[in-house]
Amino acid sequence: MSRLEAKIEGIGFWTRGLPSWPAAREFASSGAQPADAPARPSPQLLPANERRRAPETVAIALEVAMAACEAASRDPASLPSVFASTHGELAITDYMCTTLAADPRALSPTRFHNSVHNAAAGYWTIGTGAMQPANAISAYTASFAQGLIEALTQLHDDADAVLLVAYDGQSAGPLAKMAPSEGLLGGALVLSRDGAGPRLSARLVPVSTREPATGPLARFASANAMAPMLPLFDVLARGAGTAVLPASAAHDLLVEVNP
Amino acid sequence: MAPLAIRACTATSAVGRGRDALAKALAEGRTGLRRNDFGDDARLDCWIGRVDGLETVELPASLQPWDSRNNRLAWLALAQDGLRAAIDDAVARHGAERVAVIVGTSTSSIGSTEAAYTALEDGEFAEQFARPHVHTPHSLGEFVQQATGLRGPCITVATACSSSAKVFAQAARMIDAGLVDAALVGGVDTLCGSVLFGFNSLQLVSSEPCRPFDATRNGLSLGEAGGFALLERANDGDTGLQLRGYGESSDAHHMSSPHPEGLGARLAMRDALARAGIDADEVGYLNLHGTATPANDSIEAAAVASLFPDALHASSTKGWTGHTLGAAGIVESTIALIALERGELPGTLNSDTPDAACGPQIRFAPQRADIRYSMNNSFGFGGNNCSLVFGRA
Repeated sequence: MSRLEAKIEGIGFWTRGLPSWPAAREFASSGAQPADAPARPSPQLLPANERRRAPETVAIALEVAMAACEAASRDPASLPSVFASTHGELAITDYMCTTLAADPRALSPTRFHNSVHNAAAGYWTIGTGAMQPANAISAYTASFAQGLIEALTQLHDDADAVLLVAYDGQSAGPLAKMAPSEGLLGGALVLSRDGAGPRLSARLVPVSTREPATGPLARFASANAMAPMLPLFDVLARGAGTAVLPASAAHDLLVEVNP
Repeated sequence: MAPLAIRACTATSAVGRGRDALAKALAEGRTGLRRNDFGDDARLDCWIGRVDGLETVELPASLQPWDSRNNRLAWLALAQDGLRAAIDDAVARHGAERVAVIVGTSTSSIGSTEAAYTALEDGEFAEQFARPHVHTPHSLGEFVQQATGLRGPCITVATACSSSAKVFAQAARMIDAGLVDAALVGGVDTLCGSVLFGFNSLQLVSSEPCRPFDATRNGLSLGEAGGFALLERANDGDTGLQLRGYGESSDAHHMSSPHPEGLGARLAMRDALARAGIDADEVGYLNLHGTATPANDSIEAAAVASLFPDALHASSTKGWTGHTLGAAGIVESTIALIALERGELPGTLNSDTPDAACGPQIRFAPQRADIRYSMNNSFGFGGNNCSLVFGRA
């Protein structure tokens, strides 16, 4: 089975209580949480009025994507991007279905175009001026692993560096029981062929029975639909190690990180 | 890029089930559009491309948890054009774990979520709707995997109307990287309140059958469709259809309006030609995105005129199928492959008044010509663009 490799040039992370990658790393090592963490990310990429109005999943995706690019010292406009989300913006799905049931002609055009699964990718490319390709995928619990695979195969193809962004938000309304997800969680990686940073290598392995993840970050945000990515971020917080991520009916993605 | 063999390809839309029905409707100039008869009394005054018979499709018991209008259409499309046999053949040669499922959709099974909201019981989903794996974007990918028994990576691509074009690019990368040996790609989107009333809220829906590139065009007609293609590494001595190139880009301009100079569209087309290693004058047919909205068509025509010679035959086929959104990529790739295979280049149905803003590449009349390469454009909300180049071994 082929092995895919990359350097991790930059990391972005945000969840309620741990509003940055440095805060997440500090929590993973000492258990300390910053005081006064904001309830909502405030991505500087959006104009102030849009920052407040933007769907939460768009806000968190832009926040972690920009943080990863800044950590990598990469111009965001130069990077192709892959956005992975299990459910997209559940509050908008709830709004759409509620409005359609009550008064379909009252549907808001802005909320409609924000309802596409690639809304965060759209706002990111518009905000940064990136004309590079942007992908948006979902693969249920394998969403992060498949997003990582897509990013790594873009590097294997011809990209010099690629941005991976993964996020899910808070479920809402009657849909919440069908598509459960708590809080807000986002992670982003700038991956390159041969830049600076830890080396990541990944390969598909036969699926195994997994114990529930026990790392500090995995436990901190375990109820969010993007929680399957957290074992990798726990490894990244330690600086080295191996994470096993659900990748398909038959496969896990075995991801190794070395300094 | 290394060419990929297309071992099977199929599309089911308002003009019928499978490739022959599609080719026949194209040749006869017979539209699949009808006056909107979808949903209850609060219907919009518009025309739609509706697939007949979905209401009576019965999924096998094992697939009932995924039952939805969208997955029923996926089921119908999987049964056409020898696709099942081609999948079985790929599994026999490579193993089910080595065949990926990469499918595109914009709204997946949201029609079922909408239905659940109209029949809530004490604020909760009624039992018949309480099936979690339907109410999420990956409903389509998971259903196709369950329905085919394929066990490789399984992904739902959801980049709005470029979704089922981008699946070809993602599959090409995955095969090239050696993760899998073959991939079932495609896409399915079905009519639902979200898209009918959503596009209506943006004032993009015409009250008449859509007229792409016509000077009097005034909006799109929505449609539903599903289709698939089986891709694998091409072998020496192969004959048949191939994916030769793909190009992807972003407009970086606006969520629901195209870049005014069509920069993203140009980048995608240019990149697809470069990956195929061909010049623009070698392309014999280009299936345009051509939605019949005033903005899309003139911008796309200008982008095409900036890259291609006057001799190119380019057309929009949305007058036959309607705009099938996340399925447009696979439906119109199938049309580009029909053009390549049979030398029948479709015109643009319903359109008869040329728009001075559109160049000589835009053709309203069909033509017979043997061609070496065909292309397909698919552009989506968020400024998400994809172009594909097809050829023959």
